Amino acid sequence: MSSKIKSLKYNGKWDFSPSIESVENLSIKKEYQLFINGQFQKPAANKYFSSINPSNEQQLSRIAKAESKDVNLAVSSARDAFNGHWRKISAKERAKYIYRIARIIQEKSKELAIVETLDGGKPIRESRDVDIPLTSAHFFYYAGWADKLKYAFPNRNPKPLGVVGQIIPWNFPLMMAAWKIAPALATGNTVVLKPAESTSITALLLAEIIKESELPPGVVNIITGDGSTGNLIVNHPDVNKIAFTGSTEVGKSIMESISGTNKRSTMELGGKAANIIFEDAPLDQAVEGVINGIYFNQGHVCCAGSRLFIQESVYDVVLRKLKDRMQSLLVGNPLDKNTDIGAVNSKQQLATIHKYINIGVKEGADIFQLNCELPNSGYWCPPTLFTNVSQSHSIAKEEIFGPVLAVQTFRTTKEVINKANNTPYGLSAGVWTDKGSKAFNLASKLKAGVIWANTYNKFDPTSPFGGYKESGHGREGGLHGLSPYLNIE
Amino acid sequence: MSKRIKVLKTYKIFIDGKFPRTESGRYTQLKKDNIPIANICLSSRKDIKNAVLSARNAFESWFSKSAYNRSQILYRIAEILEGNKNQFIQELILQGEDSKKAILEIDYSIDRIIYFAGWPDKINPIFGSVNPVASSHFNFTILEPMGVVGIIAPEENSLLGLISSIIPVILSGNTCVAIVSEKLPLCAISLAEVISNSDVPNGVVNIITGNKDELAPHLAQHMDVNALGLNIENKELKNQIFLRASNNLKRLVDVSKYNIQDSNFESPYIVKKFMEAKTTWHPIEKDFTSSNNY
Repeated sequence: MSSKIKSLKYNGKWDFSPSIESVENLSIKKEYQLFINGQFQKPAANKYFSSINPSNEQQLSRIAKAESKDVNLAVSSARDAFNGHWRKISAKERAKYIYRIARIIQEKSKELAIVETLDGGKPIRESRDVDIPLTSAHFFYYAGWADKLKYAFPNRNPKPLGVVGQIIPWNFPLMMAAWKIAPALATGNTVVLKPAESTSITALLLAEIIKESELPPGVVNIITGDGSTGNLIVNHPDVNKIAFTGSTEVGKSIMESISGTNKRSTMELGGKAANIIFEDAPLDQAVEGVINGIYFNQGHVCCAGSRLFIQESVYDVVLRKLKDRMQSLLVGNPLDKNTDIGAVNSKQQLATIHKYINIGVKEGADIFQLNCELPNSGYWCPPTLFTNVSQSHSIAKEEIFGPVLAVQTFRTTKEVINKANNTPYGLSAGVWTDKGSKAFNLASKLKAGVIWANTYNKFDPTSPFGGYKESGHGREGGLHGLSPYLNIE
Repeated sequence: MSKRIKVLKTYKIFIDGKFPRTESGRYTQLKKDNIPIANICLSSRKDIKNAVLSARNAFESWFSKSAYNRSQILYRIAEILEGNKNQFIQELILQGEDSKKAILEIDYSIDRIIYFAGWPDKINPIFGSVNPVASSHFNFTILEPMGVVGIIAPEENSLLGLISSIIPVILSGNTCVAIVSEKLPLCAISLAEVISNSDVPNGVVNIITGNKDELAPHLAQHMDVNALGLNIENKELKNQIFLRASNNLKRLVDVSKYNIQDSNFESPYIVKKFMEAKTTWHPIEKDFTSSNNY
């Protein structure tokens, strides 16, 4: 069948004149310190690690590594701030600080976008149009809640929890910081936040913005380091809540660590989302959604649509359209405004992706990769898809966190619901159909916290996000993002 | 005329709408003043497994019933319980309660079911939301049940405590496996008989008796249980349960801190704790007249 359908020939070339974002006027410091109690301070042990630009493997800066003394200091600053001035400030005033932060982020959005792209490898188009606008929007949205919390919880008198420890990943560094800090502040808590080791710089620029906003010292502390720093936060006895975004494996170990304590938690963990195309779907839009679903941010997205299910009757045509569309994707310099696919975030992550691609081939799936030139230095993976995949294949079961799509087929609605739900994950799912009744049926049957019907990878501060099952618990965003930071008993 | 010989009741466990004995064949004798009053099943890990399987199988159909229907079925439990009040009073007295307190407990229990029976079709209007996203999409959040919930019911207030543990869980469409009071298990089995008579589909409620220290960790680590509702005093056991529950990231709802007898327990917030928020997006067509009016 498939041989009869003709494919477009791009010969791997799709030239655009480069349009590189300028990095002149941009000042990244040689060394970044810890932000504790409103001050930038050197780490007690005086240890630093380097932050690498993944698109050329050059060092961007050296980042302070927080160890136990620093973590203790950060937590006690947060505690003092919580017991002291922060609790006494009226909710209205609290809101004004958060609004200030939102506004300063908007003012500095260009430089933040460039640094996000340099440090993380994501295309400038995404950091400029998605990450940074959503970051300021998140602060702006939650600022408004600060003095309206009683309306969110009828018959209750919500109270902040105290000091919250927040650990965030490297895929949306600044946006994740906003998702964590904004609701925590709006609800009157104080914060110790640790960004991911490979992407600390924009969090520290946020620390500068927070300082500029004159938020009282100690309300937000930003400390940098690797997993061991995160562990110290998780196990600190004076932390009331842990908010974590990262892998399911680490999430489970955090839950183990805090079991038997009174610490509350929210976990935003891994995913293996199903993206389902029915025969009656608008196929071009669906293909666009599939591309966005798996190749957005190099596939470093917990809600990435990494399992594609195509109804058998349209399999050949969808696959052809998908491969054609893949060939128009531009992989390369993340600072180029034409770029669709940037650099993989780290050497380690590239190794993980390669490991899974090899497993996919070994387990008998058929590989298709975009044939394109890759830069000589840096970490790169061309958009990849596998066909001839079955439910039992590792690439269909495990989260890869890279631009790798596993394609399967189905005949009936019941079959695809079973296949889609047959996973320990449950973060998100996509469904493509022109039939409203079918879309709503799928939306109610799929066990996932976010359902995108005829769209994919959409985010908004007003819209709750978070998983079922092993994709974590608690929600971020919207009305439902408030209660994880409040005691409403 | 010779004195009539009383027919003694065999207390068995409740799995998938049936009353089997524990597969292990083990039992313990419940005594009052050293006189045996009943034999109670000492259930096993296998019984837990069977109960979870039955709860899982019952989940989709229970959840897909209309909220109105679930509401009526819960009301039906209260109706049947009202008609069986005397049996429960006798059992509570047999377990050592004084008669005044026994009457109060059954009255509270029935009223509690009536209170929660009104909630199934009112949870989402209160806790759901339509979210005004900035892009051209219709976006709404509803609460859904989590799936199979493991319940560790309190030792005291054996009837009211069990009812208060089960009803807020199942009303939204969850199914459950409850490990009941170890020292006061009689009412739990009689409640199972009431549930079995009240149009509650098989498998929605499963009731297990036996040794909590032995059974609770098995329930806590079962990979097909989505959440746990705990009402236990024993700190060591609680810690062990929390630790094991992390294997598949079960949601943990610790209700030990609530006073079950207090009417403050009656709130939709306890129902919400056993529900999951689901957000759905759909594009809205844009033409020259349209704006994002949701």
